[in-house]
Amino acid sequence: MSYLVTILYIVAFAMFIYGLSGLTGPKTAVRGNYIAAVGMLIAVVAVLIDVRDTDNWGLIIGGLLVGIVLGVPPALRTKMTAMPQLVALFNGVGGGTVALIAWAEFLNSDGFTTVETVPSVPFIVGSLFAAIIGSVSFWGSLVAFAKLQELFNKNFEKKVVASAKAFQLANIVLALVSIGIAVYIGIQADPANDPTSALWIVGLLVAAGVMGLFVVLPIGGADMPVVISLLNALTGLSAAAAGLALNNQAMIVAGMIVGASGSILTNLMAKAMNRSIPAIIFGSFGGGDSGAVGGSASGGTVKATSASDAAIQMAYANQVIVVPGYGLAVAQAQHAVKEMAALLEEKGVEVKYAIHPVAGRMPGHMNVLLAEADVAYDAMKEMDDINGEFSRTDVTVVIGANDVTNPAARNDSSSPIYGMPILNVDQSKSVIVLKRSMSSGYAGIDNPLFTADGTSMLFGDAKKMVSEVTEELKAL
Amino acid sequence: MYTELLANIAILVLAGFVGFAVISKVPNTLHTPLMSGTNAIHGIVVLGALVVLGHLPSDAPWSIKIILFVALVFGTLNVVGGFVVTDRMLAMFKPKKDAPKAAEKKGADA
Repeated sequence: MSYLVTILYIVAFAMFIYGLSGLTGPKTAVRGNYIAAVGMLIAVVAVLIDVRDTDNWGLIIGGLLVGIVLGVPPALRTKMTAMPQLVALFNGVGGGTVALIAWAEFLNSDGFTTVETVPSVPFIVGSLFAAIIGSVSFWGSLVAFAKLQELFNKNFEKKVVASAKAFQLANIVLALVSIGIAVYIGIQADPANDPTSALWIVGLLVAAGVMGLFVVLPIGGADMPVVISLLNALTGLSAAAAGLALNNQAMIVAGMIVGASGSILTNLMAKAMNRSIPAIIFGSFGGGDSGAVGGSASGGTVKATSASDAAIQMAYANQVIVVPGYGLAVAQAQHAVKEMAALLEEKGVEVKYAIHPVAGRMPGHMNVLLAEADVAYDAMKEMDDINGEFSRTDVTVVIGANDVTNPAARNDSSSPIYGMPILNVDQSKSVIVLKRSMSSGYAGIDNPLFTADGTSMLFGDAKKMVSEVTEELKAL
Repeated sequence: MYTELLANIAILVLAGFVGFAVISKVPNTLHTPLMSGTNAIHGIVVLGALVVLGHLPSDAPWSIKIILFVALVFGTLNVVGGFVVTDRMLAMFKPKKDAPKAAEKKGADA
């Protein structure tokens, strides 16, 4: 029977890989997700076959049911704008599972002194590693969730972000403490020794958990895509470690693939911000407290425009490029934007969307919002594909994006974001920027785009202003 | 005595490379569904909770049972929520032309 279980595990992980490879295109993606889900079902059935003689069927069935009842409703109902929080939350509970399993294993084997697996070393090392990473991922994800859900008081958040340095120090100490406890537990796990008290594993989980809290707390909102990717990678690695400990090949493969995926995304996000991953985690200007907030350094004048002028400008353009940013998500303006674009297309204007890799709060955040509003997949352009087109574009509409359009990143070597790849919005013939006020972006840097000759500003809530432009377009 | 472990580490390393190869091809546009899809897949940890709970003797202390029960609930939440959310997102990306085609097919089957 144990052969059957292993064979089913192999089938399961093959389906994960095949399913994920479907995610390379929108046509095969839905099916890919189904395939991965069926793979998961097979894996669960396999493990249930493995433990069929258990005395704990009640707890097992109860746990599965409670998980389903708690998981499905939010997954079905959460708004697309709130996706980053939800993904963070689901990621966190995965890490939590790993940490809890390690805790239970510790208790069940008297501090790993009565481990039945032979040899016991990989089991113990894997479990301790999984305990640390799982706990970091769980608490880190919860903080990320709370931040994205805006549960923290703004002042509190500012203070925390400003004292990032103190948190770094604490994190180094906590990391050392966690590793120290893990090593101690490992040494004491020799059956010849007295079992370590349960307090040690609790201490380990707490130290790692506080580290998770402290790592994510001082990280600013715009760095969230990096943090979420990183937490995703960590949960994957903890799953792989737990798989090594439990000699479970399905967990090893699935965990490692997620680890690889999370690492790729983390790296891509960091590159798109032109910053190293350590610089983001240990906040160089990620704190947003940089002194570079020169109020009128660029000194240009800002031209305000009205909805009707903007409508006329767009209606007579050949091509309009929309540049969405986090402001679009906050204002939930995606449907209004799509409506405006549809009207423009009726008038023979070509509309495209230019999406910066780090726009929003998680990788691909803007794409999901636009897809929700039925924007065609092919109209959403990646940065490298569209950057050449701005110079041929009559009107570019920037909606709630700022730093990713800042030309200073390209031509001002003294700018803190110098070198960050940006959308070359300033090269288009005219630019309309929808913004609530003249406040500087997340990085606290002036954006010369706003005072450039071709730029006019449309102040107000993104959704309201886009709707007004739409009304004007209808009247034209 | 360590053959099993070494075989598992070989699997681990290979899986890492497979992961890199597969995921590198995913376009930026689908990064959010990718993330939530891989999120669902690391819900595989639910297997760990099931194995450990399954092998737990019935006279084990309740503290362990409760910890594992919570682990199982968390893991299931991760898996089920992850796949459902990913499906919802991907359905939005699906080219709209496909919808009538699918309906036709269904009609033909009937």
